[in-house]
Amino acid sequence: MTKFIWLIPVLPLLSFLIIALFNRVIPRKAVAILGVGSVALSALITIIAGIRFLSSPPEGGAFTTIIYNWINAGGFSADIAFRIDALTLVFCFVITFVGALIHLYSVEFMEEDDDFARFFAYMNLFVSSMLILVLSNNLLLLYLGWEGVGLCSYLLIGFWYKDPANDYAARKAFIVTRIGDTFMIVGLFLLFVTFGTLNIDTLLHQAPLKWSSGSPVATIAALLLLGGALGKSAQLPLQTWLPDAMAGPSPVSALIHAATMVTAGVYLIARMNVLFILAPAVQLAIAMIGAATLLIAGFSALTQHDLKRVLAYSTISQIGYMFIALGVGAWSAAIFHFMIHAFFKALLFLGAGSIILLLHEEHDMHKMGGLRKKMPVVFWTFLIGGASLSALPLITAGFYSKDQILWFSLASGIGSKWLWLAGIAGALLTSLYTFRMIFLVFFGEAKTEPKHQPGLLMTIPLIVLAALSLLGGFIELPHNLGPVQLFSKLLNPLFPALNLNENGSPEWLIQLISAVIAIGGIYLAYLIFNKKSISSDIIEKSLLSHFFYQGWGFDRLYNKIFVKPLVWLSQIDKKDFVDKIYSSVARATSYSGALLSRTQSGRLRWYVMVMVGGLILLLTIMLNL
Amino acid sequence: MMTVPLEIQILLAGILFLIGLVGLLVRRNIIYMLMSIELMLNSAAMVFIMGGAHWGQADGQVMFIFILTVSAAEVSVGLALILQMYHHYRTLDADSMKKLKDNKANANL
Repeated sequence: MTKFIWLIPVLPLLSFLIIALFNRVIPRKAVAILGVGSVALSALITIIAGIRFLSSPPEGGAFTTIIYNWINAGGFSADIAFRIDALTLVFCFVITFVGALIHLYSVEFMEEDDDFARFFAYMNLFVSSMLILVLSNNLLLLYLGWEGVGLCSYLLIGFWYKDPANDYAARKAFIVTRIGDTFMIVGLFLLFVTFGTLNIDTLLHQAPLKWSSGSPVATIAALLLLGGALGKSAQLPLQTWLPDAMAGPSPVSALIHAATMVTAGVYLIARMNVLFILAPAVQLAIAMIGAATLLIAGFSALTQHDLKRVLAYSTISQIGYMFIALGVGAWSAAIFHFMIHAFFKALLFLGAGSIILLLHEEHDMHKMGGLRKKMPVVFWTFLIGGASLSALPLITAGFYSKDQILWFSLASGIGSKWLWLAGIAGALLTSLYTFRMIFLVFFGEAKTEPKHQPGLLMTIPLIVLAALSLLGGFIELPHNLGPVQLFSKLLNPLFPALNLNENGSPEWLIQLISAVIAIGGIYLAYLIFNKKSISSDIIEKSLLSHFFYQGWGFDRLYNKIFVKPLVWLSQIDKKDFVDKIYSSVARATSYSGALLSRTQSGRLRWYVMVMVGGLILLLTIMLNL
Repeated sequence: MMTVPLEIQILLAGILFLIGLVGLLVRRNIIYMLMSIELMLNSAAMVFIMGGAHWGQADGQVMFIFILTVSAAEVSVGLALILQMYHHYRTLDADSMKKLKDNKANANL
């Protein structure tokens, strides 16, 4: 089966090349078939590979296939080599399967767009880069994919480039994530200098031999990699780009800014787990960053007007949960939440996309309402996604994944009750903002009429994702509810074991509390936004809510301390000595040009005169020699 | 048969060439300028004939035929351009055409 692994990232890449090179020649239908088909085929191959993987697990838990010796110089060698283990398989499955559904949805969503082919070319390139990121067996190739997804994110956020605001958002996303990327590449240099290789397997084996736990070099290396992860996953303090990234088309938000790319940071940390265990301080920092981010983003999500910005902040907040899980060493819980989150958040973004598209590009939730009867399919699927996001107990997948994280944040040997409290407060916020959204959009009186009903291509992905958001949780039940732990059984061999805190609170109590919190949040949202028995002023109108609305003033702060000084510095730098040299060269050229152009008077006889003069001059010189 | 010395022949050609050159420089009428150029060409051609006769070689006459062809082609193109010029500007004054380098004037064509 290793023979066909390389097809998984290559198929979308091929489709990208065909669409990009021949987009003027091939008809829209062919573009759609290529774009969706290539990703769907990749999904098929991934599923087949997954079945083979499960039925006959390879030795050491991973298949590796080397395709090409990429670089081999001075003792450094990097291959283009793909490695499939359980972690990669989960990521590949989400990328290709959810990706294929989103591509299918896009066929109808982008139907009337002039740049249909360009959209699918970018999307395919993205899928291919993301697959390279998760499949690669060395950090250099991973970095190639890492930058590839960053580029596609930039291109797709600025997809409607005619509006300067979109270009601004695209640049912001690119530059902010690039700060993280720079940390990461320096981290790669450090790892290479220390170990002489970037092969992930070798690194993970050699790191504990060379570094003792908590040694300064290990801490610095882990911190640098964490910097990369923070940028890509939009965590504090690099979270500011994600809400603006909503300028892109909705399928882009669903695929890149909810399901896959923003979780690349989670993948990186889970993949390099040994390195982070060697740096306990960094691991603690990951958990604390996750907790802080999830609260900050949760409050911001509560006060947004734009439907998609709520979901963006919600994504930041949910990735915060994954970071808590990574920080307390509950690796498989983080990956499980990643998968379930990909299902329900992609569903919510696609639902929001249909609503916005059919309400004539209306983004403001306060101008929607009453859509429950007008768009029943969207309503029911959105409700399922929302319930899963707010972790409605027992029936939704979100409950199982989030409950696991909350439990481990308290029960893990390196967990604490503060992390758990942050998680619980976040859970209340989550169900509050989710159902605020649902009540504002679907209940109350109708304010805007939808154009028409979404077609089949848009509803099928919604229904499939809704089913996954409900059923996906049953593959991993909490220990006290049933003996089904397929997911952690698959992933646990990859990760170091987790030491549980023996004398903690019983698991059922923790579950009960999170269940009550989730339902309580929903009921509170019902009281405030539907029954209106509690005034919503504190959320909609107060000064504090305005502060939350602007994302806790991070944009303004960064503008003041980074952007403004830089602009000021480059303003004065414009007139420095070196620039004078170049500008004087330019001025001399244009002056002499102006002088010479005077000879081109257009008078024929003047030209003849000059010619004769030149002739006489030459003859005189020749005769004298 | 009396032979004129080569110097006199060259002098004649030189005078003809100078007449053409001065004509080209002083006349503003473009037709006269074209005629002056013809004169200069023919004076040059004449030198070839004379050289050929002097050394008893056929090459001079071959070159003359070349020059004749070139000048015929040049005249036909030149006259066609002059016709166009007169058609558009109603003038044969070469100096009034100096605006030809200006894009704005061209746009009116």
